[in-house]
Amino acid sequence: MSELRKEILQVVVVLVALVFIIKLFFIQVADSRYAEMADSNAISKETDYPFRGLIYDRHGKLIVYNTPEFDLKVVVKDMAAFDSARFCDVFRISREELRQKFRVMKARKEYAPVKPTVFDHQLSNEEFARVQDHLDEFPGFFIHARTGRSYTTPVLANALGYVSEITKTALEKDASGFYKQGDYVGQSGIEGFYEEQLRGKRGVRYKLRNAKGVIKGSFNQGRYDTLPVPGQNLYTGIDLDLQTYGEQLLKGKAGSIVCIEPATGEILALVSGPSYDPNLLTGRRYGSNFALISSDTLKPLFNRPLMAQYRPGSIFKIAQAMTALQEGVITPETRVRCDRSIINCHGGHSNEDLRGAIANSCNPYFHNVLRRMLNKGITNDPFTDTRLGLTEWNKHVYSFGFGKPLGIDLPNEKSGLIPTPEYYDRAYNNRAWKFSNIYSIAIGEGENLVVPIQMANFAATIANRGYYYTPHLVKAIGENGQPLPQYQVRHYTTIDSANFLIAVDAMQAVVERGTGQYRARLKDIIVCGKTGTVENEPPLFDHSVFIAFAPRDNPKIAVSVYVEDAGQGARAAASIASLMIEKYLIGQTQRPHIEQYVLNGKFTD
Amino acid sequence: MKREEKISANLDWATILLYLAMVLAGWLNIYAAVYDESTVQSIFTFSVNSGRQLLFIAAAGLIVMSIVIIDVRFYETFAYVMYALLMILLLLVPFIGKEVGGNKAWIGIGSFGGQPSEIAKFATALAMAKFIGSVGFRMDSLRNQAVLFALIGLPMGLILLQKDTGTALVFTSLVLVLFREGMSPFLLIVGICAAIIFILTLLVPNQLYLHLGVGAVLILFIALGKKKIKRIMLLISGALLISVVIESVDYVITDVLKPHQQNRVKALINPDADPLGYGWNVTQSKIAIGSGGFSGKGFLNGTQTKFDFVPEQSTDFIFCTIGEEHGWIGSVLVIGLFVALLLRIMFIAERQKTRFARSYGYGVFAIVFFHFVINIGMTIGLFPVIGIPLPFFSYGGSSLWGFTILLFILLKLDSHRSQMLQRL
Repeated sequence: MSELRKEILQVVVVLVALVFIIKLFFIQVADSRYAEMADSNAISKETDYPFRGLIYDRHGKLIVYNTPEFDLKVVVKDMAAFDSARFCDVFRISREELRQKFRVMKARKEYAPVKPTVFDHQLSNEEFARVQDHLDEFPGFFIHARTGRSYTTPVLANALGYVSEITKTALEKDASGFYKQGDYVGQSGIEGFYEEQLRGKRGVRYKLRNAKGVIKGSFNQGRYDTLPVPGQNLYTGIDLDLQTYGEQLLKGKAGSIVCIEPATGEILALVSGPSYDPNLLTGRRYGSNFALISSDTLKPLFNRPLMAQYRPGSIFKIAQAMTALQEGVITPETRVRCDRSIINCHGGHSNEDLRGAIANSCNPYFHNVLRRMLNKGITNDPFTDTRLGLTEWNKHVYSFGFGKPLGIDLPNEKSGLIPTPEYYDRAYNNRAWKFSNIYSIAIGEGENLVVPIQMANFAATIANRGYYYTPHLVKAIGENGQPLPQYQVRHYTTIDSANFLIAVDAMQAVVERGTGQYRARLKDIIVCGKTGTVENEPPLFDHSVFIAFAPRDNPKIAVSVYVEDAGQGARAAASIASLMIEKYLIGQTQRPHIEQYVLNGKFTD
Repeated sequence: MKREEKISANLDWATILLYLAMVLAGWLNIYAAVYDESTVQSIFTFSVNSGRQLLFIAAAGLIVMSIVIIDVRFYETFAYVMYALLMILLLLVPFIGKEVGGNKAWIGIGSFGGQPSEIAKFATALAMAKFIGSVGFRMDSLRNQAVLFALIGLPMGLILLQKDTGTALVFTSLVLVLFREGMSPFLLIVGICAAIIFILTLLVPNQLYLHLGVGAVLILFIALGKKKIKRIMLLISGALLISVVIESVDYVITDVLKPHQQNRVKALINPDADPLGYGWNVTQSKIAIGSGGFSGKGFLNGTQTKFDFVPEQSTDFIFCTIGEEHGWIGSVLVIGLFVALLLRIMFIAERQKTRFARSYGYGVFAIVFFHFVINIGMTIGLFPVIGIPLPFFSYGGSSLWGFTILLFILLKLDSHRSQMLQRL
């Protein structure tokens, strides 16, 4: 048997070899088709780049558009001996640069003498016009046009993002196989987030080349060719005038302004200060400018509205008030004596009810409210009791959209921080903690961290009396399109809308007779707002915070303003917020002195 | 000195000559594959593949010398240890390896790198041979069979973790060793039947016809054979099983195979459906080989392999260069070299006096045979594109060294075959 098996294997080897030899005979000798195909085979693939989608503001004003860019390419195999002095003259480079460019080109991994290779990137229109007429003197060289981005205004840089060549790491990660080295791809901002919608579909043309590489026409009458499909235009909710105004107001200051339309969640303005001109990151200057901007100590690439995590300060008292009302530990009529022995306060008030406490931003009141909230006396053990209370409290606070990224349509959104029992266990190394250890969260200090977009979303939630749409920049993909599905869902908080009405009243009181009355009150519009002054390390001034929405009924705009190191919330932030509201609702300010006050920027004198 | 002379005299020089012929032919073709007339570079230039391959060949020479010098007992004594070490290395690859061409099978120490999976082949063959050669081994014991399948399955699994399906599949060829050593051919037949049914399912658009065919064959068998209840039941259940397999093919194609693997199977069945998409490799490879004609375009005169039409031209698709530049004659010659080598390996295996050495010989046979069949089969469109190299021809250090070790351990064992007998 085993001898026979050996024979079987020998026969199998010979049989396989015979099959191969016969198959080879068929394709090599009997069938001349392959030889013909080889002559004309050289199919080369050319890519047609589509137009990238344009970006508009809410009134149809163009923000981002395409401009042609010209790459100088060369097929080294087709290059003839040329006069290098003449070449340097035409292209205005030195001989050393010329040698350097060839060295760099040949060192690239994908370089092959038969393939078109980029010799020089992104010639400007003028350069293109200059060299165009002389190109025929240098066989092998040709111009390849593609499109880059331009911006109609120098605003909104961080929200828009930019377009640049795909990085090596991104290329390796790209599982779709869509990109090739040298392709442009949206980086950060809308350009990055909506890359798939903006980029469109590339067209492909198959050309026949003979064995020498000369093009002989299209392959199979262009049966496999595809036309490029332009990317989809994006219609944002941004109000370009409001955005520009916001950037003016924030000039020379560090901080952020976020404006949202409460009824839809559309972002009206997203201002990050300091910022940069997006036109700096286009064309040939991209490389040097990017290095400059990214090394700037003021961090203009740091998109504060969604990346800066701040302590919220007193604006957080509104969330505290509603949580406590919902849990039934206070009523709107609950009065607390302003006992300043544990926690300090400001202004002259002594025994306020809830509305008064919000209007005057009374610290001891909310210290007391949080104690009622966290220590309900469910157990006698104060440690366990606080833990139970905090868990309950977390549930409500999270429902406002705090403590996790909201999921807006921009990359790199930060989550902020809402401390949980597990968080304190870690912070205290598993030693016991109770209310008296953590009470600073009562007034928005302590461990709480929120990002400005969350503050604006919070204002929008109050404006809506209890729900929000996730804030988003793009309100329509393509003309008459829809936003992404996740932006069409209402998110309800755990708080009854009746309790929101109390918050609305109190916020109206803040502006009419409380901490916000001097700079946030408008003549014909009922503004609801709340100030915040966030402690900072002396000698730096406190951070100035304000959230607001207006008008009180059927609100059209919700705002959050955060100005770093600018002192009281009632000054810088309240002024800026009210100016933004005026600008959006009326079109201009009726209080030039407030505008001047903000532009002068001396908030702490 | 005298002892060394004796060793070299006992080595099988016919095999060594075949080996040298293949390595030399491979080297010349690697040069041809990357040759570019506009920037003529010498075959010895280290910046092109052919120059580096020469270094690999020199290193292979050192490996051969070490294998010949090491005491012959080493290979049997340390078979399990080497196996274990390589399995650990394979296990580590996903963590310390770097990704080359979509597979994470490459580990590097400084600028030196290699694929442990190539080296694992000989270790697995050696470990299997040692187990088969051990005292009291019986092939018909289920337990022994289980151990052998585990020995094969372990490296396969570990290599699959590196997403290197091609190399993992190579290990299935070791089942041939079990076949030679007396295992019932049932499994082999079932495997081949399954493959045939699988391909039939892809070729026949309507699966109903296949089911009807199975039914017809079933009735034929029942009518012709003895009409015993037990036999009929067995046949019916067998036919049902085949029908289930047919039904599951669709599932396997769409859900188990990854998209690029699906495309390779599709390209095999009908490469003309999308000649510029998934059929690209096969189409280009066939054009290159087919354009060679009877006697080829001549050394360095190929056009297809140079314009980057054929991918992986110096590694997995090296046969294209041979077919294009040396035509049908050259291809037949290369296939002839492989047939001669395979038959010679089998001859050497059969003349071993121990079960260990014979099994190892068949392990070498099985691995080289599998590579030969799959690699050439894929370049001429008979098998789906599975990225494994053509032994001794393809560019690459790991592959060349792996096959060199595999072959020369056999030659070393062979040169001591009379001593081995004395030891027993």
